[in-house]
Amino acid sequence: MRIDVNAFVGSYPYRRVPGTSPEGVLGAMDRLGIDEAWVTHLPGLFWRDPAEGNAWLLETAARHDRLRPVPSVHPELAGWRDAVRLAADAGAPAVRADPTFYGIDPAGAAMRALAAACGEAGLPLVLAVRLEDGRQRHPNDHAPELPAAAVRALVRSHPRVRLLVTHADRPFIEEVHFGSTPGEAERIWWDICWIWGPPEDHLQTLLGTIGASRFVLGTGQPLRLPENAGAKLDLLDISAAGRTAIESGNVRTLCQT
Amino acid sequence: MLIDVHAHFLHDRTPRADWQARNASRLRAGERVGITIHVASILGSWGASSPTYFPSPADLRYANDWLLELQRRHPARVRGYVAVNPNYTDAALAEVERCLDAGMIGIKLAASRRADDPLLDPVCRLAARRGVPILHHVWQRRRRDWPGQEASDAGELGALAERHPDVRFLLAHIGGGGDWLHSLPIVRPLPNVYVDLSGSGVDGGMLEACVDAVGVGRLLWGCDLTIETGWAKLRYLEHLLSAPELEQVRWRNAAGIFPPGAFPSD
Repeated sequence: MRIDVNAFVGSYPYRRVPGTSPEGVLGAMDRLGIDEAWVTHLPGLFWRDPAEGNAWLLETAARHDRLRPVPSVHPELAGWRDAVRLAADAGAPAVRADPTFYGIDPAGAAMRALAAACGEAGLPLVLAVRLEDGRQRHPNDHAPELPAAAVRALVRSHPRVRLLVTHADRPFIEEVHFGSTPGEAERIWWDICWIWGPPEDHLQTLLGTIGASRFVLGTGQPLRLPENAGAKLDLLDISAAGRTAIESGNVRTLCQT
Repeated sequence: MLIDVHAHFLHDRTPRADWQARNASRLRAGERVGITIHVASILGSWGASSPTYFPSPADLRYANDWLLELQRRHPARVRGYVAVNPNYTDAALAEVERCLDAGMIGIKLAASRRADDPLLDPVCRLAARRGVPILHHVWQRRRRDWPGQEASDAGELGALAERHPDVRFLLAHIGGGGDWLHSLPIVRPLPNVYVDLSGSGVDGGMLEACVDAVGVGRLLWGCDLTIETGWAKLRYLEHLLSAPELEQVRWRNAAGIFPPGAFPSD
């Protein structure tokens, strides 16, 4: 069983990307043996109200049972609590917010309120550190990357909040993990899509220092080649049980905690 | 057969205490991926006694000697680029001659001088005479100067390539960060510029754009600092290309630009 917790459907505003349709993502999943993908409506992420993409996302996911919807929530817009409730009612595995793309404080009162609401609703909150390498972004794509301090602040903001952080690299993960109490760190999961493999062996190192239980399979597809996550796992020295945990078991823990 | 045209190793005078582990990891991962040959360079002392991208002649000589020794220890799987700093013209030319005579198969230019600068011309003339390619570090669209390097972009490398049509140039790490969409149209009309696919970037659409821009015949497979991204691109190319085209990218194109006999299959 493989679950990709970091995928998108829909076009990207800053360059042409192949395979953004639901069928394209499903085709990539077939190619790589991914059973289930958590998907967000990519264009909506850039809209004034990203939740306006959620209806299409939920309809799409309803037609494709291997796609699980991760609706977007902008916590400074009126009605955001309804978006969280709709997500929970629709059986979404999580909701996401991209505060730096919305132009809001990533650790401000609104984001803390969203984190708390997610905690109360039993929904993990997905946060992306970045979508693209900062050196290649469109000249008008100025949204800052998510700061590590914001993740630390959000996990401290409510005792039941659970965070799934995608597109983080080793220094970011180490800063947050070791800048948190063990209890806080146990409520943060990290996807592997932006962590380097050999010869730097950042993922191997993190599995040793932080533990495999904190990591989940995420690809960032179709903005990134999903083959990367599989190649990275194939280059690890890891037990079969450890690999299974990353590919699916830890996601179940994330959802059931 | 699989040739990584963009590899690096560390040595005992580099700042990394874990240099041996990193070298061993590269070779071990290479075995898993099936890399036949790592074509590698060492950029001087990697900053220990001169800057990585502005290495001193003394640091380069030590590093090149170390790489030659590694090539001797691993004759079946390591080949070397001789790395030089073109600001020291006489030293650079002598070092290229010395290391090619000793068995290296290409030249690595980092970011010590802008690629279109006339100071690179003597090195390029020597590359033409010796029949070896030049791997040039490239920042894919340099909008400003960055500290620590005098990085060139594809436009500057293109100017150099037009001045030296008999030299084969490798545009380094198209996935190495930066705007690859800026680089590809520039090198499209330059038949002596090859696109090295290495780098940590695995952007969806990048490989399709590379094929569209320069064709399969000018793509070279490589990893640079992240072997998993190289393997991911290779796996995606298996889906994108025909088997004969894939062979070109895996090794045949590389075998065509390095000197005859550089690789076991030649």
